[in-house]
Amino acid sequence: MVACTCGCGEDELTKQLDKVIDEYRGQPSGLIQVLTKAQNLIGYLPLWVQTRIAKGLGVSLQEVYGVVTFYAFFSLIPRGRHKIAVCAGTACYVKGSKTVLKTLREVLGVKEGQTTPDSRFTVEVVRCIGACGLAPAMIIDGKDVHGRLEPEQIPGILEQYA
Amino acid sequence: MKSLEELAKIKASRREALKIREGIPSATEKAHVMMCGGAGCISSNCKDVVEAMQASLAKNGIADQVQVILTGCMGPCDMGPVAIVYPDATFYRRLKPKDADAIVEEHIMKGNLVPRLLYRAPGAKEPTPKVTDMDLFAKQKKIVLRNNFYIDPTNIEDYIANDGYVALGKALTAMTPAEVVEEVKKAGIRGRGGAGFSTGMKWSFCAASKGTPKYVVCNGDEGDPGAFMDRSVLEGDPHSIIEGMAICGRAIGAEQGYVYVRAEYPLAIDRLSYAIDKAREYGLLGKNIFDTGFNFEIEIRIGAGAFVCGEETALLTSIEGKRGEPKPRPPFPANEGVWAKPTVLNNVETWANIAEIILKGADWYSSIGTAGSKGTKVFALAGRINNTGIVEVPMGTTLREIVYEIGGGIPRKKAFKAVQTGGPSGGCIPAEQLDTPIDFESLTALGAMMGSGGMIVMDEDTCMVDIAKFFMDFIVDESCGKCSPCRIGTKRMLEILERITTGKGKEGDIELLLELGNTIKSTALCGLGQTAPNPILSTIKYFRDEYESHIKENKCAAKVCEFVE
Repeated sequence: MVACTCGCGEDELTKQLDKVIDEYRGQPSGLIQVLTKAQNLIGYLPLWVQTRIAKGLGVSLQEVYGVVTFYAFFSLIPRGRHKIAVCAGTACYVKGSKTVLKTLREVLGVKEGQTTPDSRFTVEVVRCIGACGLAPAMIIDGKDVHGRLEPEQIPGILEQYA
Repeated sequence: MKSLEELAKIKASRREALKIREGIPSATEKAHVMMCGGAGCISSNCKDVVEAMQASLAKNGIADQVQVILTGCMGPCDMGPVAIVYPDATFYRRLKPKDADAIVEEHIMKGNLVPRLLYRAPGAKEPTPKVTDMDLFAKQKKIVLRNNFYIDPTNIEDYIANDGYVALGKALTAMTPAEVVEEVKKAGIRGRGGAGFSTGMKWSFCAASKGTPKYVVCNGDEGDPGAFMDRSVLEGDPHSIIEGMAICGRAIGAEQGYVYVRAEYPLAIDRLSYAIDKAREYGLLGKNIFDTGFNFEIEIRIGAGAFVCGEETALLTSIEGKRGEPKPRPPFPANEGVWAKPTVLNNVETWANIAEIILKGADWYSSIGTAGSKGTKVFALAGRINNTGIVEVPMGTTLREIVYEIGGGIPRKKAFKAVQTGGPSGGCIPAEQLDTPIDFESLTALGAMMGSGGMIVMDEDTCMVDIAKFFMDFIVDESCGKCSPCRIGTKRMLEILERITTGKGKEGDIELLLELGNTIKSTALCGLGQTAPNPILSTIKYFRDEYESHIKENKCAAKVCEFVE
């Protein structure tokens, strides 16, 4: 048994994870749905989670790892409390997503794909979020879209997320 | 749902309740306020406006006489939040919560327009109050987006009121499966996902295929950067997808459907799952639909962020819960699709057309559009243009009409340079070609592509070499790595483009890009790789001088590229 080492109160999490797995127990085709829910629950997909899902669905750990590393949505490492996703769609690019990223780099001191040392923010570049009318745009925590961004607004926006 | 009569009854009673949205004043209700609830307007905080509106209605004691409804995307995203107030169909834009009182107390209670919130065409002195008079909408023809001004996407009876599920009833009770396939074939509709294959042919291959069970799949993995049409349909009219898929299920003999939606579209996923539950509750999905013995179920599969999954064989593999890598064709999905069973896979926009084709007939549908491309096309207009948002136009409309008449031209008096269509599979179309009527053939002939319908406008401040690099960067990131032309070839092309855009370009780089591009086009495994060089090849074709000035003079006319000395 591979145990969680982060001291997060693994028992409770394991119970909840098992509930997610139960919905698709023994069904390999449910792998992506289970991984999505597991990541929403835990925040990322550490080895112990992948192992448990592999057993539960009846697929090999190698297959689980293959799927996790194929799709951009899944993460093997912990992420910050708030996820900043800068849209890298064409409309945003044409209207200045490069400047948005540069500003975030200056303000937070981290590059895309990195998390700030205080675990507050993770900065990511994502595929088009479909808010092209509001370009350049970024989404924080998967729900708050901030559009028509000007560099000087960014520090103020970040302050809203503790 | 047991019979067409039962459906007709719901339709009649609901239609009566919605008469006000057709411009007919009601005895009991003062107004219906349709507030755009598309992703753009939600991001512009339209929900706060709705709350303020409701508070204002309550304050004035008329909350029971006015309905405030959140609709699907209405199109003009940059003017958001927008709303239409019925019965007079007045269009208001850039609404803030503090505007609620003005609309309620002036417009709804006294019948006076609120001029400062009305739309003014660029350059016009007088506002255009009525939505149907706006130049932005006047040139459009709405088939796919037929319900967007009219229905509450979370109310199945609103959909039924506008002829929803009548086509399914017709296909089940008055037509044979073969007749349904024939009707779709005769309509001449071609797949809206990009490649433009005949939808009817696809269905007929699958219907003839021997394996069982068969499957119906909707591709909602709208991955092209700059495209958000499918999102609008999923959010604004989810039942049109359900109905289209069920009709296909009947036509080819399938009982199970899957909708594959990107995880990046949470609202679309919510609205669609709610719609599926409702359709089930009304007996429009499930067992023995319309008492004909026909069973059909739909399940949602969430895409986890891989552009290649928009390619059909990769998407089908992803539905099975595996790495979404493409497979060589044949076998085509019509014979061996999901779980190696016969499968029809169409894009969201294609599905949204089906019910209208069955309802109004192939002759009606094929009267719209050009000789080779029938019907309408939805485009997502964005970039350096005044009116950004979603537009639906008949095939054969020219780019000039879209950019200048519907899109309102280029802001800040800048010069138009190009339109990029088809995303990373498409190309850039220059000013000389603005009068080309758009259809599948004409765009391919120009070295671009219909793609799924993203249309990004670029002006003199856009560097075409930089744009080519942007798309190649995207492809290198998203290439699944299964075949070497795509995995290695696109990487080499990117390296050359990086060289050129940093002032290290060499004589012969353009020729090398052309050679690599043409080789990748003819040797890559799937559609992603085969079309990946298009953005580069098309910009070399029309903007070769920009490449040359980067290489020979270290000059970027648009001042985008920074050259390292």
